[in-house]
Amino acid sequence: MRTEELVAMLARGAGEVDRGIERRRFALAILFGGAAAVLLTHALYGFRPSLSGDSGLWMFWGKLIFVGAFAATGVWAARRSARPGGSLAGMPWLLAAPLALMWLVAAADIAGAAPAERAALFWGQTWQVCSFRVALLSLPVFAALLWAMRGLAPTNLRLAGMAAGLCAGGLAALAYTLHCPELAAPFLGLWYAIGIAIPAGAGVLLGPALLRW
Amino acid sequence: MRALLLRAFDGDDAAYHAFLARLSAHLRAFVRRRLARAPDEVEDVVQEVLLAVHNQRHTYLPAQPLSAWVHAIARYKLVDLLRRRGRRDPLLHSPDDVPALLAAEDREACDARRDLAKLLDSLPPRQRMPIVCTKLEGLSVAEAARRLEMSESAVKVAVHRGLKALMKMLGNSK
Repeated sequence: MRTEELVAMLARGAGEVDRGIERRRFALAILFGGAAAVLLTHALYGFRPSLSGDSGLWMFWGKLIFVGAFAATGVWAARRSARPGGSLAGMPWLLAAPLALMWLVAAADIAGAAPAERAALFWGQTWQVCSFRVALLSLPVFAALLWAMRGLAPTNLRLAGMAAGLCAGGLAALAYTLHCPELAAPFLGLWYAIGIAIPAGAGVLLGPALLRW
Repeated sequence: MRALLLRAFDGDDAAYHAFLARLSAHLRAFVRRRLARAPDEVEDVVQEVLLAVHNQRHTYLPAQPLSAWVHAIARYKLVDLLRRRGRRDPLLHSPDDVPALLAAEDREACDARRDLAKLLDSLPPRQRMPIVCTKLEGLSVAEAARRLEMSESAVKVAVHRGLKALMKMLGNSK
């Protein structure tokens, strides 16, 4: 088939283009993936009974903003990287800002604590499971986001996989706050960050295999 | 060219035809520069990128520079091709040629080595017939739906899937 014939073939009856596909696919993925992460948190670990009481603590909101910032950056990056030619130039800053803020607060907390209490700020009661649980909860979100991206056209597959993992990790961490009792900044700045970094790293490795088109 | 594409998005097939025709000239120049050592494959790659642009045209944002969007797709398909053949061309990694894609054109089409029409024949009938009716014989979606005893949306879906399958076969036939 000559190229002119292909062009004629593609153009004939091409019709209107539905331009809401990208928005719909991501909305569905985030909705169902996020709901699955919340349900999984409930089924595996249970919601924390003191949840409503915690909302009076400022660090509870600090924690939400911290993980929410990663989730928001992830949504932005995933949508950007699913389109050809989308640039992610601002991403390093968007990731560094919440981390730097949390580490500043952590440094202040540690400096202000009695030496004997400092270790507890870092390890909390659940450091052994926190990162792993966030990574586990990110699985359904990650799968849903990969589905969304496969209907689009990412051209940098490692970056797109990383963005999907970051978004999945951020949303999973948000869901996990429904269970997790930890509120100390040193804990959050380390174990939550690792939990979010695991799916992001997995995305870098798996992107080329899973997102090819 | 951007204006043509935007009119095509609103259902103007003539504008879309003009857009694709101009785009194929630009793509040919772009690909030929990068595949200087394999000139007989240029047309295959041009057709593959055209098909990719067609299938993914819903991912273009009107606010986005058209050249960046087209360049990303063309580069992705070229890298994909070179990776499949196990060699890398350092030329592909120069980012400064983005505006060049829509600046250069080459109107001289030669025959592709692979025959897309033959690939089309190897599609399952449920995907092939809707493409043949609407794209080659020029029936409307409604007419094709009546002839094939399928619903209109099934025809549209089959055309879309068929073109995607065609692109996949292009990618694997090397």
